[in-house]
Amino acid sequence: MSSVTSEVGAARRRKEDARLITGRTTWTENVTLPGMLHLAILRSPVAHARITRLDTAPALREPGVVAAFSGRDVAGAQGSLPCAWPVTPELVAPGHPPIAVDEVRHVGEAVAVVVARDRASALDALTAIDVDYDPLPVVLDMESALAEGAPLVHADKGTNRAYTWVFDSAEAGTGGSADAALADAEVVIRRRYRQQRLIPAFMEPRSVVVDPTGDQVTVWSSTQIPHILRFFMALILGLPEHKVRVIAPDVGGGFGGKLQVIPEEFIAFLAARRTGRPVKYTESRSESMMSAHHGRDQIQYAELAARRDGTVTGLKVRLLANMGAYLGIITPGTPLLGALMYNGIYKFPAYHFECQGVFTTTAWVDAYRGAGRPEATYLIERLMDELADELHMDPLDLRRRNWIGHGEFPFTTISGMNYDSGNYEAATERALDLFEYEELRKEQAARRGSGDPVQLGIGISTYTEACGWAPSRILGQIAYAGGGWEAASVRVLPTGKVEVVTGTSPHGQSHDTAWSQIVADQLGVAFEDVEVLHGDTRTAPQGWDTYGSRSAAVGAAAVVLACQRVVEKTKPIAAHLLECDVADLEFSGGTFRVRGTPEGGRTLADCALAVFAAHDLPSGVEPDLDAKAVYDPPNFSFPHGTHLCAAEVDTETGRVAIRTYVAVDDVGRVVNPLIVEGQIHGGVAQGIAQALFEEAVYDDEGNLVTGTFTDYTLPSAADLPDLVTDRTETPALDHPLGVKGVGETGTIASTPAVVNAIVDALRPYGVHDVPMPCTPERVWRAIREGGERS
Amino acid sequence: MTRIGITVDGVRYDDDVEPRTLLVHHLRERLGKVGTVVGCDTSNCGACTVLMAGQAVKSCAVLAVQADGLEITTIEGLAGPDGTLHPVQQAFHQQHALQCGFCTPGMILAAVDLLAENPDPSDAEIREGLEGNLCRCTGYQNIVRAVHEAAAAVRGEPVREEVPA
Repeated sequence: MSSVTSEVGAARRRKEDARLITGRTTWTENVTLPGMLHLAILRSPVAHARITRLDTAPALREPGVVAAFSGRDVAGAQGSLPCAWPVTPELVAPGHPPIAVDEVRHVGEAVAVVVARDRASALDALTAIDVDYDPLPVVLDMESALAEGAPLVHADKGTNRAYTWVFDSAEAGTGGSADAALADAEVVIRRRYRQQRLIPAFMEPRSVVVDPTGDQVTVWSSTQIPHILRFFMALILGLPEHKVRVIAPDVGGGFGGKLQVIPEEFIAFLAARRTGRPVKYTESRSESMMSAHHGRDQIQYAELAARRDGTVTGLKVRLLANMGAYLGIITPGTPLLGALMYNGIYKFPAYHFECQGVFTTTAWVDAYRGAGRPEATYLIERLMDELADELHMDPLDLRRRNWIGHGEFPFTTISGMNYDSGNYEAATERALDLFEYEELRKEQAARRGSGDPVQLGIGISTYTEACGWAPSRILGQIAYAGGGWEAASVRVLPTGKVEVVTGTSPHGQSHDTAWSQIVADQLGVAFEDVEVLHGDTRTAPQGWDTYGSRSAAVGAAAVVLACQRVVEKTKPIAAHLLECDVADLEFSGGTFRVRGTPEGGRTLADCALAVFAAHDLPSGVEPDLDAKAVYDPPNFSFPHGTHLCAAEVDTETGRVAIRTYVAVDDVGRVVNPLIVEGQIHGGVAQGIAQALFEEAVYDDEGNLVTGTFTDYTLPSAADLPDLVTDRTETPALDHPLGVKGVGETGTIASTPAVVNAIVDALRPYGVHDVPMPCTPERVWRAIREGGERS
Repeated sequence: MTRIGITVDGVRYDDDVEPRTLLVHHLRERLGKVGTVVGCDTSNCGACTVLMAGQAVKSCAVLAVQADGLEITTIEGLAGPDGTLHPVQQAFHQQHALQCGFCTPGMILAAVDLLAENPDPSDAEIREGLEGNLCRCTGYQNIVRAVHEAAAAVRGEPVREEVPA
């Protein structure tokens, strides 16, 4: 009779696996329809040019070709791709045609398309299209792009500056003046860091199929955001919303890279409408690398003010954020997702933040796992290590001096964020135990003393982040056009099986499994008896999709509330069947009983069957147990943790080897530890990859040099270490299950832990920084340039 | 056009193919074997890995005509005829060695090949053996665990737990 909570917290093996490990998958690229045509896209080989001539007619004479068109041919119909986050009223928002019309502004931009009976014919016919380009000056470096007289990416806008966004704690009334703190400081740390450009590099290339032949236009897309896509296709292409159905079938990873309304979705629609037949487009990896949006790419200037005892008195941050050539769905807002998190876990009394968005002739930049918060965490965690070095303090002691104590929660930070809960002491103590911190410090001292060519460094990252995007009211305050609630419905079938509809849209996050566990507990049904439906606007009409670690933090809360409504709705029926008052009922383990009467009882399935027949229901009660809930979170959630990295750095070759990596994360209550650990593993791997391996590089003419997996160093199994992971559990206060979210924590936490370890190893060489990615060459150069061994 | 005959997952297929056709495109587009996927165009990612004459090959780096007369096993034919999962499939499930699952067909077949050559690999041997297969979700740690578990199962030391449906 006790309340049953056997499923939440259990390491259930995933429901999703059965099809994924046997190849019975529905990737968008697998969708094949009668009469389907194939689309290929001609992309600009130059970074910035006027299109002076473009003739698609020769392509039409190629075998198998059904249609060919340019941007000019569809200029009136193609609309402009959406930017949903006008961060300031003055935002410079250039038009963003799916197919370039008069001018191209980055390598890889679409200039014309061919539609043919098969993919090979479409690709072959691209070579028949004639294009003349009249080159314009490229704009690649952000600082020179802002200089007077710099060539412009969008000549009609008169500037390369997209916006300037400022937060100041003195002006906001949340604290003091950072300038005053800097003026009065006993110590100031000033640094410039580069957040290199990264490529999300989801494993499944983006793919879209548009079928215009039904009553609804059906769009299959390898997207994270089927609902947002449907809304914008209706809004921009002039389709009645009820005549558009979007399906996100199996989606092979996203990491923010598929949080986008992409040109190719609009182009496939235009091709389908033009031909009246289903059209499929699947990008090649090379196309993906140069034309899917990139991530990060910021220059950070920071000033940290402190007293000599290690108390930080203020922080000032100035960012240049590369927008690329156009504004994608949240391009301007992406760097600002970290704007209020630069203070991290610390009690800084003054903070100033300023960000300028800068246009360049490169692929546009948008969300990539963590989106703004990895950059914020990197900066503050690197600065704390630099300050500790300056003051000859242990970097952990410095952090302890400044962090928010467990007893101080809830805590309103200098940025005005309200941290509901946290226990930095507990996570740090656990991490130290697993890491053997003191022993490693002794080994480090010994290696320094003996002049060992392989030096040991210890890197610390005590991070927090804001999960659960997002309270709709706050989104409105920061000028984001959308909402942040999430919807769920629960349908109780006549045999007592349950269908759960979620507005979140998974692409590897294991919603089928996790949501089944939650529903099993809430309704007392078997895990196997729950089916989770998502990713199709016909079955799941309402939702804000999956990104920003929001699915469990927001979407699962809606599932819980919908389940609770089912129980409430069932009570009058159960009471009727048991011939008792509703007030005398109790519900546990899937069975309604008369309180104090363990025998008898009616299961949810009994009630579902009674409702199905509806022969004997209390008067005025509808024959229906289904319920829906929409949850709008009152606050963000704040996962946190302590990551410790021990790295061996070969001072002769510059090679870095991670010896030990400990991640202790507090993501609140855990629905499934297996899934949570998997998210941490993958997240940390991506953060390590930023620290050591990955960078998207353009040459001086704006060509993407790292345009394939041969050149862009996605780490393999041989490149990554085993991680030691553990958790502390401080529940989120606002969430009905206490869940905080886990999708981005690893990526946010790990990059500074690794770079701090490398710099720590090289302190005796006078090294204060190694620019990311810390390749052997860069490490080697940093040692040579760092000066003599002290 | 060239006439080829290949056996895929136990079924013989005779087809005329263009000599330039890649094996992966033949499998996917002609034979409907869409369990095998394409993740890149430079033979780096390994998502398209299949077994050809028992050895792992990247099917984007093999012409269909090169497979003439040979047996191909894809992810769709790895389980037994009665649906019994191969030990590597079972271990991937048990150890949560996949998230989005896109690299999984290639990763599993590469692991099958690895274990055929080395039935008791070390961590480092697994990591180096799977170097040609990229995964963006897992950080590889659970993949390494799964390969160890599968190796034990193949060696006759089954640690198979009852797996929920």
